[in-house]
Amino acid sequence: MGYEEKLLFLSEEWVKRFVEELNKNQIYFEAAKDWEGDFLFIVNTGPKVKSEIILYLDLWHGKCQDYKILPDRSAKKTEFIFEGSYENWEKLAKGELDPIKALLVRKFKLSGSMSKIMRNVKAASELAKNCNRVPTRFL
Amino acid sequence: MWEFTSPRKILFGEDALEYLKEIEGNKALIITGKTVKKLGFAEKVSKYLEEAGLQTKTFDEVEPEPSIETIVKGAKLAKEYGPDWLIGLGGGSNMDAAKAIWVLYERPDMEVGAISPLEKLGLRNKAKLICIPTTSGSGSEATWATIITDSAGRTKLELASKELVPDIVILDPQFPKFMPPRLTSDSGMDALVHSMEAYVNQWRNDFSNAMAIGAIKIIFEYLPRAYNNPDDIEAREKMHVAATMSGLAFGNSQAGLAHSMGHALGAIFKIPHGRTVGMLLPYVIKYNVGKTAELYVEIAKSIGIQANTNQKYIETLIQAVKDLMEKVSVPFSIKDMGLDWKTFASELDELINRAMVSSETITNPRIPDEEELKRLFTYAFNCTEVDF
Repeated sequence: MGYEEKLLFLSEEWVKRFVEELNKNQIYFEAAKDWEGDFLFIVNTGPKVKSEIILYLDLWHGKCQDYKILPDRSAKKTEFIFEGSYENWEKLAKGELDPIKALLVRKFKLSGSMSKIMRNVKAASELAKNCNRVPTRFL
Repeated sequence: MWEFTSPRKILFGEDALEYLKEIEGNKALIITGKTVKKLGFAEKVSKYLEEAGLQTKTFDEVEPEPSIETIVKGAKLAKEYGPDWLIGLGGGSNMDAAKAIWVLYERPDMEVGAISPLEKLGLRNKAKLICIPTTSGSGSEATWATIITDSAGRTKLELASKELVPDIVILDPQFPKFMPPRLTSDSGMDALVHSMEAYVNQWRNDFSNAMAIGAIKIIFEYLPRAYNNPDDIEAREKMHVAATMSGLAFGNSQAGLAHSMGHALGAIFKIPHGRTVGMLLPYVIKYNVGKTAELYVEIAKSIGIQANTNQKYIETLIQAVKDLMEKVSVPFSIKDMGLDWKTFASELDELINRAMVSSETITNPRIPDEEELKRLFTYAFNCTEVDF
């Protein structure tokens, strides 16, 4: 069995690999085939993160057609913003936190239509699960 | 962190309706449907409210699976009338309609589809909500959800906000005793599935578990009695309470796969909701069991089943569910509901699509892919025991 280097969560390399995995993820593709909408995924500042980490993902019909790590949240206006602390992002990436439940208990904050998210819970769940496909290390 | 949300007050038992005589306020709008009004229930409610000194008006245009148009119409009436109490009277549809009308009355700037758990609705500035169920099953009186059908008629909007949980619930057995056996069975099975799915759900918690187990015990004992003897007031009262307990259970956990599949079946083929979810329950238990055997064993023990092995507990539990279904005349398969294979197969892809995107599928203990859903639907059509 080969050794695969673990990538730092939400680093450039990690995001690139995450998107590659997402774009070949058939389960996500099926769940999100009707989805149209772009996101800012933001890690808020806290003990482990001194300045916000802002990831832009343009998700369209089961694929990610564009992605970027942005310098600040005003760099891109998106339909959705999903943000939370690094600790909660880590739990989400490890599958310890369900993305919808996390919103309901205010572990994450969503700007944008929750109704649209609720009509696409399977896609949201598979997007979070896609993190498992990337060998990840955390801060 | 998680939370348990419930109505502020639940009145139950014979004569619980008389609590309305103690309500303080000026005007009440009773939201109901034609059948409930015809049975004289709205008049009864109105009489007690008038004794409390309130003026009343009745909006009786709620149809089964209420549409957005009905909600807008009800909200217009509420705006003109200016009530400080809204009363949802009837089955799940009427109570769901009352919740949605309440939102538009308080928030005329909002559209029904915008109701969501993250939206601050700011309810209770103009009115509070009392729910009075007349059937024993939907649990809507205890939940934060409302299901409204869009104009096209084939899409149900599953909307939710913690603010929608009613202020007061009145469980008076004088209402459900008017339910015919068929409705008693359909609604009672709905309550059973709510509680069993809540108990094994990924979002289960100690509070919802307690409500679920309590409801399951009551339903196994009292549903056949209520079904066989509409005037058995003790059975009616127990089933009425159990349905609300089930609502508290799944409202604070979640329903599961029998519901997501059942919603799809019911919507496409116009089959009563309780009948579809009840029919699907044995298939879903068998499908889930690999993931949650110990929880089904706990359910089995709660209804007095004794066995030597987990497998035996679960087999006996499934048999107990089937025995209950037989006692209250629930069909065992989709075929038994009168559908032919051609009609069913022509909608199979749509059934799978709908079940796949439901939040109830995602929180089920075992999450199926499309192929597994296809097999589950097909097995349920043919009455084949689940073997995967």
